[in-house]
Amino acid sequence: MARSVSTRRKLITTLAAWAIGIAIFFPILWTILTSFKTEAAAIADPPVWFNFHWTLDNYVTVQERSNYFRHFMNSVIISGGSTLLGLIIAVPAAWSMAFVPAKRTKDVLMWMLSTKMLPPVGVLVPIYLLFRDLGLLDTRIGLVIVLTLINLPIIVWMLYTYFKEIPGEILEAARMDGASLRSEIIHVLTPMAIPGMASTVLLNIILAWNEAFWTLNLTAAKAAPLTAFIASYSSPEGLFYAKLSAASTMAIAPILIMGWFSQKQLVRGLTFGAVK
Amino acid sequence: MATKHSRMSARLMISPAVLLLLGWMLIPLSMTLYFSFLRYNLLMPGMEEFTGLTNYRYFLTDPAFFAALWNTIALVVGVLVVTVIGGILLALLLDQPFFGQGIVRILVIAPFFVMPTVSALVWKNMFMNPVNGLFAHAAKALGLQPFDFLSAAPLGSIIGIVSWQWLPFATLILLTALQSLDQEQLEAAEMDGAPWIKRFFYIMLPHLARAITVVILIQTIFLLSVFAEILVTTNGGPGTASTNLTYLIYMQSLLQFDVGGGSAGGVVAIILANIVAIFLMRMIGKNLDA
Repeated sequence: MARSVSTRRKLITTLAAWAIGIAIFFPILWTILTSFKTEAAAIADPPVWFNFHWTLDNYVTVQERSNYFRHFMNSVIISGGSTLLGLIIAVPAAWSMAFVPAKRTKDVLMWMLSTKMLPPVGVLVPIYLLFRDLGLLDTRIGLVIVLTLINLPIIVWMLYTYFKEIPGEILEAARMDGASLRSEIIHVLTPMAIPGMASTVLLNIILAWNEAFWTLNLTAAKAAPLTAFIASYSSPEGLFYAKLSAASTMAIAPILIMGWFSQKQLVRGLTFGAVK
Repeated sequence: MATKHSRMSARLMISPAVLLLLGWMLIPLSMTLYFSFLRYNLLMPGMEEFTGLTNYRYFLTDPAFFAALWNTIALVVGVLVVTVIGGILLALLLDQPFFGQGIVRILVIAPFFVMPTVSALVWKNMFMNPVNGLFAHAAKALGLQPFDFLSAAPLGSIIGIVSWQWLPFATLILLTALQSLDQEQLEAAEMDGAPWIKRFFYIMLPHLARAITVVILIQTIFLLSVFAEILVTTNGGPGTASTNLTYLIYMQSLLQFDVGGGSAGGVVAIILANIVAIFLMRMIGKNLDA
């Protein structure tokens, strides 16, 4: 039974919700707008909203001055690589925990989760020294390894909660029909697991893309992804708001779009299934 | 009905994940623990020697530690208060029927996807800057003195920035929980003449309790480790005014090259985080049985 709501009340709610929504989104909107302004217009007082000379110069400058595209690709490779590697390790683990649970499965899951609670700064020194000695500092492969490890518990957990929802009887039936373990995974499990795996991948790319502790501490210039590249704007130099905005807009746009698609899965992934 | 064979292969399939995580935990953790008992500075190679608890004594009696501990607590509590209360109010609003729900939801969730360095730098420069920031423009337009946020109230400003990043998370989870509330129960209460405030405190809030706990615990884990926002805005300053534990340990290890002292700090941070983690794990563990 749906509650009937008066139109008046619905209109007031609409007004309030939109006002708050726009206010929360405003810093992002302002950054996008500023990225198309000249540096002078970017700091104009009173601020200019839409009636300015729109230009793409900032995007060109950001690319030319610092080879922005390389940092963008670093982000793509690091977040994509760590997600792929994590998936390869996590799928078999989550599969067996969901379908062949042992007495200790719950303990293993909880223990994996507990590694996520470790504050990164607690292992900053040894990881930094290990990376220095192994020549992994400022390399993409080094960051792929670290991000795979820190996000592995989330991947295992998310996959586990999705796999859990696949009825076990279907697998039993396939097994009775003489399907081998391999074909069971490829022909029966995979098609049913694809949606869950897609959300896991999406959430993990978002988390890896925005990770800003290890990326800042373990990279310098070569392997710096966008998080670390953008941080170089923290030392101001003349007028730079428009350029900062252009660099920022390109850094957040892909993730913003992905994030909007994965809203629902986000809740589940980030609460380890505690809220669905 | 798992056969012996499938149980074997199951164990084989778990082992890479388990071994990797085990290595990731044990190797660096034991190194941190070991370093924390050494006098070990990267600027003085070859001078390492065992010093017992000296590093801990220095770290725990350093005035910067108390400042950082206080700032850490203020940052965590400050952001939690803003995001949980704001999140509840926002979730209640967004749960009402209105035009354009999907779009507003997208607008509200957006800040969560902005990387920490971007959001901190955008807020620092384009909003909080005392000369060119939008807040300064607004203050001047109203005939007020512009406020230098990051110098005059560094910790408060950082709390503001981090709250903006985490408000969407709290809102989204609380909204999800609110939507699973049994509408008939609410309607029954309404028909019995329970005023809005009573319906909120006796029906909605108890229903949300679990989600609120999850939000608090998960955010605490992340908020204890806030780093990038401090690095690009205040560098922990002025003085130690906005230095949290994570940033203090970072400074000690990577800026002052004091591996021993930084490691002792790391152990302290791990112990503090574990206290929170135990509660969170209990919550999630209970859910696993259900």
